[in-house]
Order: sequence, then structure tokens, then C-alpha cells
Amino acid sequence: MPKSLSNQEKQLKKSKTEYKEGFHMPDSSTFKSEKGLNEDVIRNLSKMKDEPKWMLDFRLKSYELFLSMEMPNWGADLSGINFDEIHYYVKPSDKQEISWNDVPDDVKTTFDRLGVPQAEREFLSGVKAQYDSEVVYGSLIKEMSEKGVIFLGTDEALKKYPEYFEEYFGKIITPADNKFAALNSAVWSGGSFIYIPKGVSITKPLQAYFRINAANMGQFERTLIIADEGSYGHYVEGCSAPVYTSNSLHSAVVEIAVKKNARFRYTTIQNWYSNVYNLVTKRAYAYKDATMEWVDGNIGSKVTMKYPSVYLMEEGARGEVLSLAFAGVGQHQDTGAKMVHLAPNTSSNIISKSISKKSGRATYRGLVKVVKKATNVKSNIVCDALLLDPESRTDTYPFMKIDNKHVKIGHEASVSRVGAEQLFYLMSRGLSESSAAALIVNGFIEPIIKELPMEYALELNRLIELEMEGSVG
Amino acid sequence: MLEIKNLKVRRDEKEILKGVNLSMNRGEIHALMGPNGSGKSTLAASLMGHPDIIVEDSSEILIDGINIKEMSPDQRAIAGLFLAFQYPIEIPGVPFLEFLRISYNTIMKARIGETFRPLSPYKFKQMAVSKMKILKMDESFLDRNLNEGFSGGEKKKAEILQMSILEPKYAILDETDSGLDVSALKIVAIGAKKLSEEFNIGILVITHYKRILEYLKPTHVHLLKDGVIQKSGGYELAEALDQKGYEDA
Repeated sequence: MPKSLSNQEKQLKKSKTEYKEGFHMPDSSTFKSEKGLNEDVIRNLSKMKDEPKWMLDFRLKSYELFLSMEMPNWGADLSGINFDEIHYYVKPSDKQEISWNDVPDDVKTTFDRLGVPQAEREFLSGVKAQYDSEVVYGSLIKEMSEKGVIFLGTDEALKKYPEYFEEYFGKIITPADNKFAALNSAVWSGGSFIYIPKGVSITKPLQAYFRINAANMGQFERTLIIADEGSYGHYVEGCSAPVYTSNSLHSAVVEIAVKKNARFRYTTIQNWYSNVYNLVTKRAYAYKDATMEWVDGNIGSKVTMKYPSVYLMEEGARGEVLSLAFAGVGQHQDTGAKMVHLAPNTSSNIISKSISKKSGRATYRGLVKVVKKATNVKSNIVCDALLLDPESRTDTYPFMKIDNKHVKIGHEASVSRVGAEQLFYLMSRGLSESSAAALIVNGFIEPIIKELPMEYALELNRLIELEMEGSVG
Repeated sequence: MLEIKNLKVRRDEKEILKGVNLSMNRGEIHALMGPNGSGKSTLAASLMGHPDIIVEDSSEILIDGINIKEMSPDQRAIAGLFLAFQYPIEIPGVPFLEFLRISYNTIMKARIGETFRPLSPYKFKQMAVSKMKILKMDESFLDRNLNEGFSGGEKKKAEILQMSILEPKYAILDETDSGLDVSALKIVAIGAKKLSEEFNIGILVITHYKRILEYLKPTHVHLLKDGVIQKSGGYELAEALDQKGYEDA
């Protein structure tokens, strides 16, 4: 690939000035499928992965569904996506890496510039980093494996633990759920698989880093998590993508089963570069007295459509979504949450905070559904939007379908601006205009930030400060 | 010296100050009184550099000989000016202590330069707590968010606390007495007076009432009416204004 290397170097030089974390390394992928999607691409992909036949059938059936489904037209503008211009499979190397020493240098450099190793050293008990479409590096500390925790790339897990896949895979989010779930089901590659055995608590978060690193390449990772009865776990994924000149598509599916009395938290800090369509379906089933928490921060991308959801399957289940969106120039963050109450005495809590800047648009789109038999349900929704200037935009679509009279639903929404009086006050105390604005914004998102692991909180505060430079006045 | 020379300002197309002249030395306490709408708060805001206030070209605001008229509010704060707001605005999610520390470090670094060594968070808190004692403020205050949910009186105390930490050369107290009960007023006023003596701060206190002045004991009193200083005098002017009102004094 010497040719593409020189192109990428040019691009690297160009992009450096535009976007600090937007560098990308020479493409070391050993296989890249042709652009565009057809049955042969899927058969090939499945064959190269040496998958069981049922998975190939699942993929092909999903592909049919994908073709038959209309593009969603109720949310953000997706007209810029050209499915024929996307590579549907890229394999970075033949083997999975086992230890950090074996990880290729260019991959390490990439992570180094993002500050990943520090985060690993101090906060992480297991590391999974996704490079291109596949997991190339995975480690799990001794303690975890002794506890029986499984933390693997999804492809590898499918080979080793097919029983979990037959039971859960594609059951929480079926391919028919939406067009992009169908697409992911057809071409998925990589992602994480986690199984936490009964009664096991993981005190430190498990982490994965997702990146897109080949031009025009889609990334379709698939994550499946099972938190067995009485267990506790926290999974953190952070995304920071390199610069590309044409549109990229990231369309993941995350399925989680939180069994009786278990508690699971899934934290995402997403910072795709501003040409990425980020269309992700995330759903958890929470069973009796189980708790599922989504913490979802969306800073980058061109368009994000993501509504983490919790289906409250049995009595006593609790669901929570903390959502944070930052819509900068040319960005549309269409995010929110879904809470589906299917059993009595279930509760849910949604806190959504969005910030819009310049032509950025932040949309809250949420659904709270309570079925007829689900009595004594409690749900609380708080949506706060902050506008940084007159060109920025926010809108709120809080849908509710309540079929039971004995429910307690709270809903608060607010829209505020970074006020001239707030800036004046802080500046009169010596802060520059951009520091003052950053302080106001960081204060606004503080309820979400405080839920993040410290490294992420610091990084996010830093990103906000960068975003604020030159954005006021 | 803080010198205000021929200050003419407009706000929302309306001429509010029509040529204010006032000088104040460090360590002096001046009172500015006057009827509602006479331009007192506009004067305070224009000294601090409020973006909505347009100051005429011929006007001058000097701090120790340096014209600060073109400076942004943060530069004015660094130059040594402080404004205790009449209505301190709430900044949700920003802890009071963190805000104080950022503000202190920013100002001191700019004033002192490269040799400035910021206090450790622990030392800074100790310093803040010692100053809070003067104002009889509880330490738990520092953990609350800036002005969020503060009562009227708490907000005013927090303003004077900021003054004590930022050590300005000149401070404007814009109706710091409003919203304070009798005992809080006494604490705040005595505290401000002490700070003025300790740090040699020139204080311009804006008020409608004589009570705060009984503690502050200003040596100069000015009557602002219709956008100009109509009368200046000693403490006796405050008494006269209090007894006879702004029309007849």
C-alpha cells in the first residue's frame, strides 16, 4: 500500500492543523473488501471469519431486511450517506494480539497521542482497543479471569462461547428493529463481548477504544453484554476518530442483558470527527430488581442518532440514561433515551443535557412507554438545553405512551443561553471571555461529568475548553 | 487614585450619565446616593466595563493614572477594580470554592507575573476559610454552587468575601445593603471597613440608606441625580439626604 501511504501522509499534514486528534496512522490493514455491499461481500466476510452457518444465515436474512427497509425520515438528515461508497469489512491483521508488547507500533502511537495508556494504567482493569474493524488488542487482568469474567472481541467470543450467542445475539435488538440495526446485523465485525458471572462485581471499569482508521470505511461493531444475577459491572468506551475527506458511517449495535438483582453501567464518550454518521442502536433488558444505566456523551460526528434504551422486563427493574450532547458547527446531535416499562413497580430516570454552538443543532428525542399491566411506574425526565449563540438550535420531542393510570411521570425541560450577564460577572472576576464561557458550560454539564471516570471527566472538560476558544464575542 | 472624568454613557440608546466627575484615593470610603433611575447602578456597571454600556470617547476612567476605559472587564479586574454586584447572578454547577480559586489564580498571576506561585488547593481553602470568619460565613458555603440558591443576604456576603480574596485597589459596592437584615448588614459593613483599612482599598458604596454608612463612615458623600453629581460633601450630606430626601437636601 505505498501509494495510499503517501496520500495519507499528505492528508495527515493537512489535517493536523484542523483537528488535534484527527491524525491517522498508515493503514496496516491486510484485507479490505471492495466498496459497496452485496451477498458475496457478506458470504466472503463470514467465510473469512470462519463463522457457523447460522450466523451466515442471520447475516443474509438481515441484509434482505436492510434492503427492504426505508431510510428513517423522522430524525436527522441522512441523505449524505452513500451505501455504495463504503467498505464493509477491513481486517487489520490475521491474529488477535495478546499482550501490549505485541501491538504494532503504529497502533500504539495512535493510542499514545490520544492519551489512552495513562487511562489504562490508572483506571482500567481490562483493555480492549478496536483498530479498524476488529479488535486487535485485548487483555484482561488475572483477577478478572479468576472471577470467571469473559471479556473478548465479539468474533472470538462467538467461536469460544457460541451458547451465549444462540441465546442472546440479535434477540434484544432484532435485525428488523431498524434499517441500521439490519445493516449492522448483516455486516457486523468486532465489538466486545462481556459475561459477568453470578454475584461477581467488577469494581474498576472495563474499557474499549473505538476508532475508524481507513478512509471510506464503515465500522459496524457489535457488542453483547450479559450481567448475570447479582453481578455488577461498568463498561467504558471512548471514541476519537481521525480526519477523512469523505463521509464515514459508524453503525453499531449494543445488546445488554441485566439479570435479576444485577447492575450494569455502560459509559460512552464519543468524539467522532465531523464527517461521521454515527447511527447506533443500544438497548438493555433489565430483569427483576436489576438496574441498567447508560451514560452517553456525544461530542463529535456530523450526525448522531442514538437513543439508548432500557426495557424494564420484570418488577423492580430500574433504568437510567444520562445523555450529553455537544452540537458544534454543522453538527446535528439527535439523541435521547427510551424507557419501556413492561412490568409493575419499575422506574426510570432520564437526564439529558445539550449544548449547541454556531449552526449546531441538538435534538432531544425520547420515549417513555408504560404498558397496561405495568402499574405503579415512576419515570422522571429532565431535558436541559444550552444555546451558546443566536445561530444555534435545539428542539425537544418527548414522546409518551402511557396505558396505565397508576403512574407517576415527571417531565422538566429548559432552554437557556450563556447569558451576557453571566459572562460579565465572571469576567469582572478576572476570567477571560472564553474561560468564563467554558466555566459556564462545564457547570451546566456537571451533573453528567461527575458520573464519569476521572480521566474522561478531565478530557471532556478539556474538549469543552477547546470548543469554547473563539466561540464567544 | 480612581478618577472618573466627564463620564457620559448610553444604554439602549438612552443617555444615562451626562458627565460624571469623581475622584477617590486608596483607603478612602465614598458614598454615592441618589434617587431611583439616577444612574447609580449604570455608573457601577460602566466602571467595570459592561458590554451593553456605551461610553463616550471624551470620557476617561483612570486607575492610578492608567486609562482603563477600553479594557475588558477581566483586564479591569486585574488592574485592581472590583464590583460587588447588586444582583449577583447564579452560575449553576460551578462550585464556589473552585470559582474563587480560578479567579484568584488568574488575577494574581496577571498582577504579579511569572514569579507568582499559586496556592495549593488546600492552602487556598484555608485562606478562604479564614476570611469567611470575618464575615461569619459557614465553611460549607464553599461547596455550594456559585450564587445558586443563595439567599439575598448570602449573595451579598459572598460578594464581600470575593473582594477580600481578590484584594482590589478600588471597590464599588452596588447596594450591598439591600436584602441584608440588620445583623448581617452590620457584619458585612464592618467587614468591608476592615478590609478597606487592611488592604488600603478605596470603596465607593452605592446606597439609598444611611444605615450601612453608619458603619462604613464615608468621608465623602456624593449625590447623583439626572446623570450628574449634583452635590458632594462630607458625612453630614448623607445625614441631610436621609432626613430631607433627595429633593430638598
